[in-house]
Amino acid sequence: MDIKEITRDKSLGMTIIVKTISRLIVSFILVFGLYIVLYGHITPGGGFAGGVILAISYVLLILAFGGKVAVAKMSGFWASMWDNLGALAFVVIGFLGLIGGYFFLNFINHGTPGKLISAGIIPLCNIAIAVKVGAALYAVFLALSIYGRISTEEDE
Amino acid sequence: MNHILPLMVGIPLGMAVITLILSKIHNRIADISATATTIATAAMSFYLIGTGESTYWMGGWFPPFGITLVFDGLSSLLLIIVNTVALLSVVFSLSYMEKYTAKPKFYSLFLFMLAGMNGVVLTGDLFNMFVFLEIASIASYALVGFGVEHEELEASFKYLILGTVASTMVLLGVALTYAMTGSVNMADVSAMLKSFPATKTMAFAAGAFIMGFALKSGLVPFHAWLPDAHPSAPAPVSAMLSGVLIKAIGVYAMVRVIFDVLGASPVFLEIMLVLGALSMAVGGFLAIGQWNLKRMFAYSSISQMGYVVVALGLGTHLGFIAGLFHLFNHAAFKSLLFLSAGSIEHATGTRDMKELGGLAQRMPVTSTTTAIGALSISGVPPFNGFFSKLLIILACVAAGRWFLAALAAGVGVVTLLYFLKAMRFSLFGELPKALSNIKEVPFPMAFSVIALAVVCLAVGVIFLVDPAFSDIFLQPAAEVLMDGLKSNASSYIASVLGG
Amino acid sequence: MLSHTSLYILDIALMGMGIYALIAKRHIIKKIIGVVIIEYAINLFLILIGYRAEGVAVAPIQDAEIGATELAAKAVDPLPQALVLTSIVIGLGTLALMAALAIKLYEKYKTFDMSEINRLRG
Repeated sequence: MDIKEITRDKSLGMTIIVKTISRLIVSFILVFGLYIVLYGHITPGGGFAGGVILAISYVLLILAFGGKVAVAKMSGFWASMWDNLGALAFVVIGFLGLIGGYFFLNFINHGTPGKLISAGIIPLCNIAIAVKVGAALYAVFLALSIYGRISTEEDE
Repeated sequence: MNHILPLMVGIPLGMAVITLILSKIHNRIADISATATTIATAAMSFYLIGTGESTYWMGGWFPPFGITLVFDGLSSLLLIIVNTVALLSVVFSLSYMEKYTAKPKFYSLFLFMLAGMNGVVLTGDLFNMFVFLEIASIASYALVGFGVEHEELEASFKYLILGTVASTMVLLGVALTYAMTGSVNMADVSAMLKSFPATKTMAFAAGAFIMGFALKSGLVPFHAWLPDAHPSAPAPVSAMLSGVLIKAIGVYAMVRVIFDVLGASPVFLEIMLVLGALSMAVGGFLAIGQWNLKRMFAYSSISQMGYVVVALGLGTHLGFIAGLFHLFNHAAFKSLLFLSAGSIEHATGTRDMKELGGLAQRMPVTSTTTAIGALSISGVPPFNGFFSKLLIILACVAAGRWFLAALAAGVGVVTLLYFLKAMRFSLFGELPKALSNIKEVPFPMAFSVIALAVVCLAVGVIFLVDPAFSDIFLQPAAEVLMDGLKSNASSYIASVLGG
Repeated sequence: MLSHTSLYILDIALMGMGIYALIAKRHIIKKIIGVVIIEYAINLFLILIGYRAEGVAVAPIQDAEIGATELAAKAVDPLPQALVLTSIVIGLGTLALMAALAIKLYEKYKTFDMSEINRLRG
């Protein structure tokens, strides 16, 4: 179902005010999360904080529209897959450092401090962590809210 | 630079994730990758024996700024124990874990736990130790509750709450240490603490550390979670928890922090003696009354860890040798016993001794290995447990601690008593009608228990006839601890900061 | 304006509150909250270690306006902040696991009262 139709349908999710505001704001949250991740090495923030914000944009979808909209965008399978891939990317970055002689060596040119393209592997690590944290937090929220609730309802 | 050191942590960590990804293609791949990973880490741990002491600077950052991995005799001993038991547990799980769903998730958590333990053993950084401690602990909380039945969940929750409190205490210790010295590198902290007089803050930090690690290793009076958590877990996990986890993140971490960071003052050694003596006696006497096979083994773990801590707390060379040898042996026979109990449960569906009996007629392999494990832990010659217990008693006598020597000997008798009970009610006697058609366990499970039984017997014999065993495994580790007793700058500091 | 010492005392009081909730409350969720309060009290403690009571503290980020020596004199210690971030992440992991276990326990036992969840004894 289209997200606009869900907004109009009073039987789904929260009130129409919440749904409209969430629909407008969710992309900005996503972009803000990306900004925090990509600028993590030169401003406050970083992979974890940015990843949490990325996950929150999906969590907002669940809260406002119910589980189905968010699950249609990213299912539990892909959430756990991205979670694993993010962790794998981080470990791989660590292993690539061995080429330069040390585990987790910052083997890329460090660049000028303060510029976006600088700090070697730190931005790459931030991106890997953000994918890992964002997907994991979203998966945890899915597991605790949607899947958890289904199984208790079946029991009762 | 020894590049194997980061791989000991990195490979299990990476494979834990890769296992999950590949298992989406086919479940069997998880079996293969987990086995391959543990074979690799076990092989590396044995390869490392010959390489001597070394340090590794993560990311090329030299100490005290970066994270340092330190490999010495003590780490070597622990790495061998951890990775060997992990390998045999994984082989055991190949068949045993079939009855659980989500086997790849089990392997993934198992490898995370392995990575955490290897990290704790290798790290030379206090905060990094806390992080690896948490990786190992969180994986173990989840593994204890892996069966998601009533008992498992309850045990897991108790373990989780107490384990988190323990980790928080460790973090408090790290925070206080950082406040006092401005460093979290162990050698750096140690060097600074040796240069200025002891303060109340450091005493508080030491208390926090000891409480945290004692909780993690389940020493009396911090043992409440252990008899619940260890039996509730699946058998390979019980073997890992009792066999190595309480040693790696409990006793090893405590010993490393006390001897190499805080400096082994007589007060700390006295605390270790008291904790150890209490654990030895209380664990032993509580084990007698148990009718659940795995619960009895869990109480016995508390008691045996008491032996180790008492021996290490004596502060003599003989005590260190004896304690480390018992640590090694306990890993062998306690994981053997838990895996055998898992085999028994796999075949009969119960672990209540009142419902068992006469298994020797139907399950010759499992019965033999269970008997070997029980005889080893009770200290019957020529098995390995006899020599380490004898050494512990001798070390107590040599240190002039007659009461501890008598207690150790007395608890040894108690141990024999409750393991005779376990063997009488589970292996011998009459076979109940309900169990008349049980079968011997499949090959991978039998292989693991036989391998551990061979270790139990062989180590006992080799220790007797060939002093090289002690020279290779135990002496370097004991040297590390002897080094911690010195009040001036130790070679640990020199090897890390000057290397 | 609070002095440095009283901040530490308040922090220890917070930790005491967490320990109280953990020991005295029987509700699983309240126990979890107790554990989380203890964790956060320790995190706060770590942050307090890096805090500078004297002078104006600034964030430990170097830019054009502030020189290296001035930064070293004024900035708060960045290492405890990095440590706290790690410890918060770990705390998140344990909290998620605790919440999942609480849900599962409720499913099995139909209660949140820890004193009724007592199958393991002896």
